[in-house]
Amino acid sequence: MLKFTLAKLARALLTILLVMSFAFIVLRLSGDPAQIMLGPDAPQDAVDAFRARWGLDDPLWQQYLAYLKQIMTFDFGISMRDQSPAIDLVLERVPATLALTIPALLLKIAIGIPAGIYAALHRESIADRGVIMFAIFGFTIPSFVLGLVLVLIFAVNLGWLPAGGQDGWEYAILPIATMSIGGIGIFARFTRSAMIEVLGQPYIRTAMAKGLPWREVVWKHALPNAAVPIVTLLGFMVGALIAGAIVVESIFSWPGIGRLIVVSVANRDLAVVQCVLLVIAASMVMANLLVDFAYGVLDPRLRHGHGAH
Amino acid sequence: MSFVSVRDLKVAFDGVQVLHGINLDVRRGEAVGLVGESGCGKSVTWLAALGLLPGKAKVSGSVTVDGQELIGASPRRIEAVRGAKIAMIFQDPSSALNPVHRVGRQICENLRLHRGLRGDAARTEAIRLMDIVGIPSANTRFDLYPHEFSGGQCQRVLIAMALAGAPDLLIADEPTTALDATIQAQILDLLSNLRRQTGMAMVFISHDLGAVSTVCDRAAVMYAGRIIEANDIKQLFAAPRHPYTRGLFDAIPDLDAGRARLSLIPGTVPDPKRLPQGCAFAPRCARAGDLCREYQPELKEQTSTGLTACFHPIPIGSANRQEVFA
Ligand SMILES: Nc1ncnc2c1ncn2[C@@H]1O[C@H](COP(=O)(O)OP(=O)(O)O)[C@@H](O)[C@H]1O
Ligand SMILES: [Mg+2]
Repeated sequence: MLKFTLAKLARALLTILLVMSFAFIVLRLSGDPAQIMLGPDAPQDAVDAFRARWGLDDPLWQQYLAYLKQIMTFDFGISMRDQSPAIDLVLERVPATLALTIPALLLKIAIGIPAGIYAALHRESIADRGVIMFAIFGFTIPSFVLGLVLVLIFAVNLGWLPAGGQDGWEYAILPIATMSIGGIGIFARFTRSAMIEVLGQPYIRTAMAKGLPWREVVWKHALPNAAVPIVTLLGFMVGALIAGAIVVESIFSWPGIGRLIVVSVANRDLAVVQCVLLVIAASMVMANLLVDFAYGVLDPRLRHGHGAH
Repeated sequence: MSFVSVRDLKVAFDGVQVLHGINLDVRRGEAVGLVGESGCGKSVTWLAALGLLPGKAKVSGSVTVDGQELIGASPRRIEAVRGAKIAMIFQDPSSALNPVHRVGRQICENLRLHRGLRGDAARTEAIRLMDIVGIPSANTRFDLYPHEFSGGQCQRVLIAMALAGAPDLLIADEPTTALDATIQAQILDLLSNLRRQTGMAMVFISHDLGAVSTVCDRAAVMYAGRIIEANDIKQLFAAPRHPYTRGLFDAIPDLDAGRARLSLIPGTVPDPKRLPQGCAFAPRCARAGDLCREYQPELKEQTSTGLTACFHPIPIGSANRQEVFA
């Protein structure tokens, strides 16, 4: 069990390292921060000074090694723009993003999963068809289209809600709605098919044959089995808590991580972009570890290090 | 009066009829075999009786248990029969147990439902049942999961679960088909012994007449959704009247003689969607005549104990199998 956990952790760290290395190289090959920060008309000696200040003249591999060494000591660099530690800039934005993504995730779970279960238990009913249609609508329509449509209806035409910004809870409604509608559909459809799959399994017939009332068959025998695939999806969504709002934050000018990365990429503010990617990668990897752990709790066949054939 | 009485039971899936009116009685304490090739409707008969078919199945006819009608009965009434009066065990024991619950807990669930036992009392009784069905060191294995048991042991667990409700009738649906030959024999032994000890009736479903003969008092042979022959087991063995029954006998592996199957019935079971007119077995039957291809033979009394649905039954005493199959 310990060995298994250590192997998982090592893999997680390796994943983060790969993401960081990739980002490092791509960012450095894709445009000169000095040009962008200082503008195209900057005098040559200003550019040279800037490049020297940030070590941009060193060979790429030297910069890379320096960067790795820096990370090892939990030093995530300084923003070229604000001259303040990049990690502070990033962490400062995290609450705003979570203020959208956590309510959105809770909505997806609270509506999507029960809707999927209900649809699976009432197959071919009107409610089932409604759930399927909503699900297809939910995940075919891109979130920037959905966001704009919602803005048009509720902000422009009806004037009920603000179209963007962050100045009170009502500003969060449209972004959260935009983010959750697709996810509700995905959860509903995923839960529905997981439940249908499980309800067709022989052990469900065994549970019925022993005289168990249908409610107990569903709650005690079907749901615990359907939980395994649902948790996989949940893991993806938890992993996306920080990265999942990039598009929506841009539409609604919401000052979260998503906006930060868009702006920082445009500015080639290398340390900040890398820091955001690090936080995103770490959150996804962590969600993955949680899912692996949850698998073991939910399904004894997936437990490692004891008694399995 | 018989304990279970099935009358004109019909089942259709998506408009395709797969059972064409089954009549069958099971008396208290007796062991009845239900035989036939795969797909002829053996499982569906009893799943329909207990209301275990998916919602799309259309079921008609009558199944009474102790005089109480099950077809169309409320879920609560059917639930009161399941496990308590009629228990059922299935073909693939490993997948018939819930993979995420401990084996002992699954047995305890039956004990709670049918005997009101909980906690330590349930645990003690479950371990006793596991002992009875031959699971070694039941005390420690109580807390294991199904994937930690072999197929044969899973079937023993399912049998223990069935016993928990002290049923009057156990439906054993091909309980040994998925198991190794040696384990098969052990499970058959176990079932016979349990029946003797508890006095419960049993319906033993199998495509293997040999297994049926070791367990059952009488047997019904099914083909394409109908019972085509029924008799007590001795008479059935001594003088199978329906050419299909005869074909099944000839297909019993004769291991003593060092041969596998002596012969297989030529052809395959017809698709329920495309049943031939007349007797469904006619296309595979060497004795079939024009009448057989035109009309459906009724299941009729042919001897004092036996029923056969055939226009040209094999005469009693005929030993020559050549005349049955071309
Ligand atoms: N759930 C189902 N949906 C559709 N057809 C089914 C279903 N269950 C059984 N059948 C059909 O009913 C017929 C009888 O099946 P079954 O009773 O399982 O045969 P067996 O005699 O092997 O137990 C087969 O043709 C099978 O394809
Ligand atoms: Mg079957």
